[in-house]
Amino acid sequence: MSVPTVGGARLRRPNYRRRRNLGEAAALAFSVVVLIWTLTPIYNIVQVALEPHGDVFTNDVFPSKPSFESFWIVVTQGYWYLEYFWHQFGNSLYIGVATVVITLSVGSLASFAIGRMRIRYGWLVSNAALLTYVIPASFLAIPFYRIMGFYGLSNNLWSVIAAEVTFATPYAIFIFQQYGVSIPIELDEAARIDGASPLQVYFKIYLPLMAPAMVAVGTYALLLAWNEYLYQFLLLSSKKSMTVPVALAQFLNSDEAPWNYMMATAIVYAIPPVAIYYAFRRRMTAGLTMGGVKG
Amino acid sequence: MADVQVLRTAEAFAIPSDVKARRRPWRFGLQGSEFTWAIAFVIPYAALFLAFVAYPVLYGLWLGREPALYTELMSEPIYQRTVVNTILYLGIGVNLKMFGALLMSGFFMRRGWWVKGLLLIYVLPWAVPALPSFISIHWMLNGQWGLLNNALYNLFGVDGPGWLETSRWLALGSVIASHIWKWMPFWTVILLAGRMAIPQELYEAAEMDGATGVKRFTYVSFPLLANLYLVCTLLSTLFTLGDFNSVYFVSGGGPALSTHVLATLGIRDAFEIARPDLGVAVVMSALPLMIPLVILLMRKLHTTEVQL
Repeated sequence: MSVPTVGGARLRRPNYRRRRNLGEAAALAFSVVVLIWTLTPIYNIVQVALEPHGDVFTNDVFPSKPSFESFWIVVTQGYWYLEYFWHQFGNSLYIGVATVVITLSVGSLASFAIGRMRIRYGWLVSNAALLTYVIPASFLAIPFYRIMGFYGLSNNLWSVIAAEVTFATPYAIFIFQQYGVSIPIELDEAARIDGASPLQVYFKIYLPLMAPAMVAVGTYALLLAWNEYLYQFLLLSSKKSMTVPVALAQFLNSDEAPWNYMMATAIVYAIPPVAIYYAFRRRMTAGLTMGGVKG
Repeated sequence: MADVQVLRTAEAFAIPSDVKARRRPWRFGLQGSEFTWAIAFVIPYAALFLAFVAYPVLYGLWLGREPALYTELMSEPIYQRTVVNTILYLGIGVNLKMFGALLMSGFFMRRGWWVKGLLLIYVLPWAVPALPSFISIHWMLNGQWGLLNNALYNLFGVDGPGWLETSRWLALGSVIASHIWKWMPFWTVILLAGRMAIPQELYEAAEMDGATGVKRFTYVSFPLLANLYLVCTLLSTLFTLGDFNSVYFVSGGGPALSTHVLATLGIRDAFEIARPDLGVAVVMSALPLMIPLVILLMRKLHTTEVQL
């Protein structure tokens, strides 16, 4: 599938061209299959969201009379499940921003000490981070939930922030260490000889040069916190402290199941991360593959 | 939370640090107050790790310390089915996904604007948050009102089955397909980056020696990608083991609790039937699989560092 087969070298030209056209046609057909596979669930979200209320239980493949009513209901919080929608949206945003800020500061400070200052036993910290990275987060959820109770953080946004930071920081430390290798250590040394304190080296040399990695990790942490569900579901219980995904999943438990409102909510919730993803896609990939998978 | 967490990490891990040798500490080592500063810089992360990783892990081990819990689990039919599901989910899901990603990454090496355009659309499942997509798939597979059966009926006049309501195997298959739908694009992007890093000259040289078509793949691409592929598969196995969202939102463990995996059953036992110790035991029973995987992965990442 990967490469159009280029048979033996002695093929006559017309034959070769026919083969290539055939290959091109096959690739096109394959693309159509991939498109359908990829887009069907996403089309389904849009289709259900565009159905006017009450018309969800139909056998249509296309909405009979598309309407934006559901979106209007969501935006104006016109349904009892959605009464705190913007408040919950704000909670999601708050958690996201706090996670980014804390992850970036904790992660960059640690990688600076390990990677640049080469503190003794720094490898212990790296290994701890690597270990955290490979342990599935959902496996830690039960004790984590209990411990948040001990810390007196139940139903508090900060418990979620703590969870997101815990699982985003290991990734940050790796990226920073990998990226930091490309910054000459001589810069740090020159600054030190001129009498800069480690704090100054960190702020004036390390951070500015790490900007691309910071963008990549920041985006990663923001999306992680925005998209994550399990911890937010377990740790936040009141309507006012909930985040959007938790509220969204609550719909599922209601008897009435207003599917069109739910899907409209889902779209409003999904737009920011998708936009951010596509906006920073190139930068993230470029920044990370730079030293990346090349030999 | 494997969710976005996965985001391009394999790439980050896959770095051959040829530069490592010339990395050295600040000249003359750390002096005087610098050492204090270094300690102060590490403390926030150390505190974070102790408070939110080490403590929960130890507390979890303590919660699941009773051997009686495990004998109780073993005799439970739900648990036995869950173990089978988890093995199938990992065995089929991960391998299909990774092999599919390998093929897709080859496809995306083609030239042409529409292939690039397709790639942009193809990564959409990964860019969209898990929750909306999985809820959508859940509704799409509804036997009576779902889009899939509507389409089957309108196109072919076939009455589709209730994908999630009737049979365990259909439901489990749907969950695996949803997982692949969501995560294959991510691994495709990783493997694509791996393929792009293979120098073009290698292919040219191989072509001179007569390696074209399939041979090109078996003698050039695959040997160079094998290590990356292995590391990605290991990572993906661990992430899939902890995948909560696909199962929870697509099948919800149903019909009749027959499609749970360890990650969802643990949460169910701990919070729905209020037996946290049992929930922890469910999760801990994955350790015999997890520990070797983790050791293997950490070694791979440390020693070989995926050379291309």
